[in-house]
Amino acid sequence: MRFIFKTDYDQDIRLAKHGGHVFWYGLLCASLVVAPWALPEYWLAQLTFVLIYAIVGLGLMLLAGFTGLFSLGHAAFLGVGAYTEAVLTNAGWPFPVSIACAGLLSAAVGMVVGLPALRVKGIYLGMATLAFGFIVEEGLARWEHVTGGNAGLSVNPPAIGGWAIDSTEGFYFLCLVLCVGATLAIVNLLRAPTGRAFVAIRDSEISAQSMGIHLARYKTLSFALSAALAGIGGALYAHKIQFLSPDQFSIVQSIDLLLMVVIGGLGSIHGAFLGAIFLIVMPQLISLGKDFLPEAIGQSTGLQGTVYGAVLIAFVLFEPMGLYGRWLKVRTWFQLFPFYRKGMFKRQKSFQKSDRLK
Amino acid sequence: MNDDLLLSASHLSVRFGGVLAVNNVSFDVRKGEVFTLIGPNGAGKTTVFNLISRIYTPTSGEILFNGAGGPLKLTGQPPHQVAGLGIARTFQNIELFEHATVLQNLLIGRHTQRRTGLLSDLLFTGKARAAEIAAREKVEQVIDFLDLQHHRESMVAGLPYGVRKVVELARALCTEPRLLLLDEPSSGLNVEETEDMAFWISDIKNELGITVLMVEHDMTLVSKVSDRVLAMSMGAELATGTPAEVQSHPGVIEAYLGTVDDVSSLRRENHVKEPA
Amino acid sequence: MQLLQLLISGVAQGCIYGLIALGFVLIYKATETVSFAQGDLMMVGAFGGLLTMTLLGFPFWLAVIASVVGMGLFGVVVERLVIRPILGQPAFSIVMLTIGVGYVLRGVITMIPNIGTDTHTLAVPYAGEVVRLGALVLSAEQLVVIGVTALLCGGLFAMFKYSKLGIAMQAASQNQLAAYYMGIPVQRLNGLVWGLAAGVAAIAGLLLAPITFVHANMGFIGLKAFPAAVVGGFGSLPGAIVGGLVIGIVEAVSGFYLPEGFKDIAPYIVVLLMLVLKPNGLFGEKLRKKV
Repeated sequence: MRFIFKTDYDQDIRLAKHGGHVFWYGLLCASLVVAPWALPEYWLAQLTFVLIYAIVGLGLMLLAGFTGLFSLGHAAFLGVGAYTEAVLTNAGWPFPVSIACAGLLSAAVGMVVGLPALRVKGIYLGMATLAFGFIVEEGLARWEHVTGGNAGLSVNPPAIGGWAIDSTEGFYFLCLVLCVGATLAIVNLLRAPTGRAFVAIRDSEISAQSMGIHLARYKTLSFALSAALAGIGGALYAHKIQFLSPDQFSIVQSIDLLLMVVIGGLGSIHGAFLGAIFLIVMPQLISLGKDFLPEAIGQSTGLQGTVYGAVLIAFVLFEPMGLYGRWLKVRTWFQLFPFYRKGMFKRQKSFQKSDRLK
Repeated sequence: MNDDLLLSASHLSVRFGGVLAVNNVSFDVRKGEVFTLIGPNGAGKTTVFNLISRIYTPTSGEILFNGAGGPLKLTGQPPHQVAGLGIARTFQNIELFEHATVLQNLLIGRHTQRRTGLLSDLLFTGKARAAEIAAREKVEQVIDFLDLQHHRESMVAGLPYGVRKVVELARALCTEPRLLLLDEPSSGLNVEETEDMAFWISDIKNELGITVLMVEHDMTLVSKVSDRVLAMSMGAELATGTPAEVQSHPGVIEAYLGTVDDVSSLRRENHVKEPA
Repeated sequence: MQLLQLLISGVAQGCIYGLIALGFVLIYKATETVSFAQGDLMMVGAFGGLLTMTLLGFPFWLAVIASVVGMGLFGVVVERLVIRPILGQPAFSIVMLTIGVGYVLRGVITMIPNIGTDTHTLAVPYAGEVVRLGALVLSAEQLVVIGVTALLCGGLFAMFKYSKLGIAMQAASQNQLAAYYMGIPVQRLNGLVWGLAAGVAAIAGLLLAPITFVHANMGFIGLKAFPAAVVGGFGSLPGAIVGGLVIGIVEAVSGFYLPEGFKDIAPYIVVLLMLVLKPNGLFGEKLRKKV
């Protein structure tokens, strides 16, 4: 068990709260830096995907987990970022400029999508974001002379002038740097007034307002930041898969993103990463497990969907705090051993109250 | 507007559909006093609060607030500006941020005093860090004042009702208000907690110099801390004055207890005092 | 004349959207949960009709009854196993749960050997027949859809107006704890409502089957039912049908008069317009938190 004797407000403010944090996160960073030399190329590519989805997940976590605004069409921002990056890179723009544009354009679209949030809540907001998702997807498909429409668009590697990043290792480091940057930005935000304002809006809008928080401004900001991160993730995604088509940014992708943050653990930074790992690792596990199942089930195209659905149901029913929540419980069990009490994380039984009156 | 007045409501009315919730109510709150609104349920007291907090807009009438920049009309202000002007409130049914710790709730109370923008927050510059420490110091003063030390890191969702009421008060104090609106501060509290609340309200008035406007049902608390009282009934004013004056006003007694005729059937010989 | 033809086909399509929307407005009114599983329940209902006819050799009318009743029971079971444990959790969790249920339903149907991955025709007795009214050509499928929807609405309206069920449902949706205290068997009610919604979904599936054929991805049409519910107002049953009709007509008309691609996004543009102009829908009520 660890007891932290606090003598300084800085101890509450700084990111690494104690020696253990420094050690483990340091080890994590070191392993991530060393990864290209330690992992075979296939797994390095998967790790790159994890980093990309984590960036997007951080954005969605900020919006849904920390501000309480649910976006059912988040893939739209991913798509806007991806296509912007593809078009600009193919036109020869240097990478830092093109990715900045991708982020900014997505943020602008995010602010537009966030407009309904200022007037409606809950499921109505979900419907509005769903609607935007469909509209953007269709827009990408119809605007053929820019996006190539349904025929697809191939993407050049990221480049600054003549120097291109076209190796797996190089691209991995690019994603790592951007992912670390995004994580630090979000974590900083959350320990500062802006992040607290988001949490206030999530928990009680009327109270947040009476504390002086301008609801419209912060909701729009949340949408913009979330969309910007999705746009940056989308830009990296475009380079990773090297060929874009509008159906990659459909509602199925939006739901996958939501799945990621819910299973990861809504309302936590770790959740974005755990969710991204889940999203990338799950298909691998299913492929591995296929051989052990009877042929009718193992070879069916419906297997992945069934497994995803079942896992989602299981998490919502039994572990609403997600993978991160489960990790917290396991860690607490070890930390308090043998004094862990069964009821420690028990949810209070709540009765359903009308959402319309919130 | 007279300079020793902090808030002045004149001919305030608000209508919801066919219901006239507040009917031509006028009152003044003097700087440094504790002014209480009393009245039976449904009298419109919380509605008056909601008018001051700008949750509702009055159908007619005006509210003037003597803020840092001089008197201004509250009725034109958007709701999120109210805290910045120096008006803080607590809610009748407790509107805390449930999935955050007490400390985070109180830090959110410091929002109007923030000195950093989005970029400094994202980069967490030295300026942001200094602002965080300054905010924390102010919050700790409030925690000291209300004895919330051992609840600092607790999630609000798990706290008992009495503690939550205190946290709600603490959060309002963190905004450094000039005017504090307390909506039924003692509802749901037991005798000891109510006594603590009475001491705190007096301390808020005497030590912190904050003007308090409150809605209250507990007459003992009202008599103990209030300087002046306004009794309301069915949306209209009944009587204004010191607690003793208002409590002996015949109209007020009728509103609460009914007339002699209503009570006569309950009378037993020698046991009921005639209303004065 | 062409316009009238378009309108009728829009109305028929709109009835399907309306029925699916009716299903989740029922669930929303009772438990204030939004169910994304309605589309997939509809798909399972259609498959149910198909399988009872092909595998068990039922005649059409028996297959319809079996499918609807079977789906009703299935809805009750789903509610009992999966939805009941989490009532009281934030609405978003419940939405994710129903999305999960939809995934599982779709996946399981796809896994049925030989049948799941193909597209099938449901052998309805009125297939291919047309009715001529002057210059109008109406397919029997469309007429049956419109007729059945009207009958079903009438039946449900009568049930809610003349029975205690409707009031009990509303009470449970606004404050579950208070409803318990009033002796309302909230959990049994919820099961009933889910069963009813699943049955309505099955009917929608059987009506849709002759038009779009039976296949595992049929359920995606359910996504169009959300705009219908938004237009009508989420808490209103007649609103669901009216919303469905609006969306169906908008789709039909924009498919014909507007450039390609607009047909698919027209319902969503309508949603956005609705949320800007009348956020609570045509028939919804504006509720506000009282502090």
